[in-house]
Amino acid sequence: MEPQNVREIRALIVRHKRWDKMFAIVGLIAMLVGVMTLFALFLDLAIDGLPRLSWDFFTSFPSRRAGQAGILSAWVGTTLVMLVTALTAVPLGIAAGIYLEEYAPRNWVTDLIEINVSNLAGVPSIVYGLLALGLFVYALDFGQSILSAGLTLALLILPVVIVATREAIRAVPGVIREAAYALGATKWQTVADHVLPYSTGGILTGVIIGLARAIGETAPVITIGALTFIAFLPPAPLKAEAPFLSFDWLFAPFTVMPIQMFNWLSRPEAAFLTNAAAAGVVIIVMTLAMNAFAIWLRYRYRKRIKW
Amino acid sequence: MKFKQLFAAFGVAALVAGALAAQAADKLVKVDGSSTVFPITEAVAEDFQKANKGLKVTVGISGTGGGFKKFCRGEIDIADASRPILKQEMEACNKAGIQYIELPVAYDALTVVINKNNGWLKSITVAELKKMWEPAAQGKIMKWSEINPKWPDAKLALFGAGSDSGTFDYFTEAVNGKAKASRGDYTASEDDNVLVQGVARDKNAIGYFGLAYYVENQDKLKAVAIVEKDGKPAVLPALDTVMNGSYQPLSRPIFIYVNTKSAARPEIKSFVEFYLKQAPTLVKEVKYVPLPDKAYTLAAANFKNGKIGTVFGGVAEVGVRIEDLLKREAKH
Repeated sequence: MEPQNVREIRALIVRHKRWDKMFAIVGLIAMLVGVMTLFALFLDLAIDGLPRLSWDFFTSFPSRRAGQAGILSAWVGTTLVMLVTALTAVPLGIAAGIYLEEYAPRNWVTDLIEINVSNLAGVPSIVYGLLALGLFVYALDFGQSILSAGLTLALLILPVVIVATREAIRAVPGVIREAAYALGATKWQTVADHVLPYSTGGILTGVIIGLARAIGETAPVITIGALTFIAFLPPAPLKAEAPFLSFDWLFAPFTVMPIQMFNWLSRPEAAFLTNAAAAGVVIIVMTLAMNAFAIWLRYRYRKRIKW
Repeated sequence: MKFKQLFAAFGVAALVAGALAAQAADKLVKVDGSSTVFPITEAVAEDFQKANKGLKVTVGISGTGGGFKKFCRGEIDIADASRPILKQEMEACNKAGIQYIELPVAYDALTVVINKNNGWLKSITVAELKKMWEPAAQGKIMKWSEINPKWPDAKLALFGAGSDSGTFDYFTEAVNGKAKASRGDYTASEDDNVLVQGVARDKNAIGYFGLAYYVENQDKLKAVAIVEKDGKPAVLPALDTVMNGSYQPLSRPIFIYVNTKSAARPEIKSFVEFYLKQAPTLVKEVKYVPLPDKAYTLAAANFKNGKIGTVFGGVAEVGVRIEDLLKREAKH
C-alpha cells in the first residue's frame, strides 16, 4: 500500500505525459497540413505541366499557339532580375544588419530605425512598386528595365535580409567577441573574421526567404512596366571586343515567370493552362534550386566553425 | 580578405552600371494596353518579328486606361484599346502634344452563356437582361421567374466581369444604359476562366464574357440568342452575325491607337501596315471576329492619309457600324 502523496504524484506524471503526447499529435498534424498542402499543389501542377516540359519549352519565345509557346524570355528575365536583386539586397542588407547590431550606438534613433525596418517587412508589395515607379523609372530614369525591377525587388526583400542578419549575429556568443578584443583585434577584424563567418548560416536562410518571395512577385514588377509579350533576349553581358563586358542588359525590357504564367492562365484555350502549369513547375524548381544552393553554402560554412 | 573583395566587386559593378545609364531604344515597337486586344497584337507581333528579322516588338498589358496613360506620356508607340479614347485621355494627350490615329482592328462580341443542361432558355431580350443586371435588381430579383413568369421558379445564379474590366464597362453600357451601373450581388471575376467554371457547374447560372471563351468551352456551355428589341429576331453570336452587324448591342469594335510621331518611323509604319493586312486571318485564329474586309482597307487608307484623332469625341457608343465609323469626321 502506497502512501497517498506517491499516488498523487504518479497521477500527475501520467496526466502531464498525456498532455505531452497530445501536443506531439497536434504538432504532427499541423506540420502535415503544411507539407501535404504544398505536396498536393506541386503534384497537381506537375501532373498537368510535366508532359509540356521539354527542351523546346525552355528555348521558345511566347506564341499565340500554345504548343509552340515557351518561357525563354520569362526565365531569362527572372534570372537576370533575381541577379540584380541578390547583388543589391544581400550586401546592403548584411551591411545594414552588421551596423545596427555591432556599430550603432544604443539610443532612440537606432530604436526608431529598428522598429521601422521590422515594419517595412510587412508593407504590401504593390506599395514598393509604386515607389519604384516614381523613383527608379522616372526620377532616376532607369526606364522600364531589368535594373528597375531588380532594384524594386531588392527594396522589397531588404528588411527581411536585415532582420535575419541581425538575428544571426545576435546568436554569436559574446565571449567570441571578447576573446577577439582581448587579443587586440579591431572591431572590423572581429566582425569580418569571427562574427560574420559564424552567422553566415542564419544570414543565408534570411536571404533565401527574401529571394523566394521576390521570385514570385508580380504586382510590383507589373507596376514598373514589365511586359507580357517579348520575343527577344536582353543584349549579352559578354562581348567579343574590348571591354568585353556589357551592361546594356540592365536597361533592356523584360518579362518574368509569374507574369507569363498569369497571362497563360487567363487564356481561353485549355492548352495554355497546361503551359501555365509547366511554368509553375519551373518556378518552384527554380526556388528549390536556390534553396538547395543556400543549404549547401550553409553546410560548408558550418563545417568551418570549431566551437 | 574575402568579404572586402566581395564588397569592392559590388561597388565597382554598381558604378559601372550607373555610368552606362544610356538607354537603347532603336528599332523597337512598343505596344501596351488592353488585355482584350492583347491576343491579337501578340499574334501580329509574333509573325511580324518572324517576317522582319532585326525588328523588335514588345507588348504589355496595363489595361486600356493604363495603356492610354503611358501613350499620352509618349512612353509607347501604340496603345491597345478595348474602347474608344475618353475625354480626359484626349486632354492628357493634347497637353503632351501627342497626336494619334485611331484604327479599329476587330470585333469583340460579349456572349451571354448558360449551363449546358439548361433546356428552357433559348433567347433573351435586352430588356430582360436589364431587369436581371440593373442596380435596382440588387437583392430583389433572385429567381428566374421574377424576370419572366414563363421561366422556372429557380434561384438565379449570376456570373459577370469584375468592375475593372472593359467588358464590364461595355456590358453595363449596352444593357443598363450607363457604364459601370450594375447590381453588385453576383460572382465577379476578372478571370474569364473562373466565370466559365462557375456557369459550367451551376444548372441555374447565367453569365457573360468574351466570345473566345465561349468558343473554347462549347462542350460545357450554351450561348443565348439576344433579342435587341421586341419584334426583332433572336440572334446568336457567331462570326457572320457579328460581322454583318446583326448581333446587337453586345458586339463592339476594339482598337489600336498609333502615335503619329512614331508612325513616321519606318518600323512602326511597317508594323501597322502588317497589322491591318494580317488582321483578317490572325483575328480569326485567336477566336475573335474580324472586321469586314472593306473596313481594313478603309483603316489602312486612314493610316496612310494620317487621319488624326478619334471619331467618338470621347464618349463610348453602343451599336455602331464599322464602315460608318471609319468615314466619320475625326476630333482630337
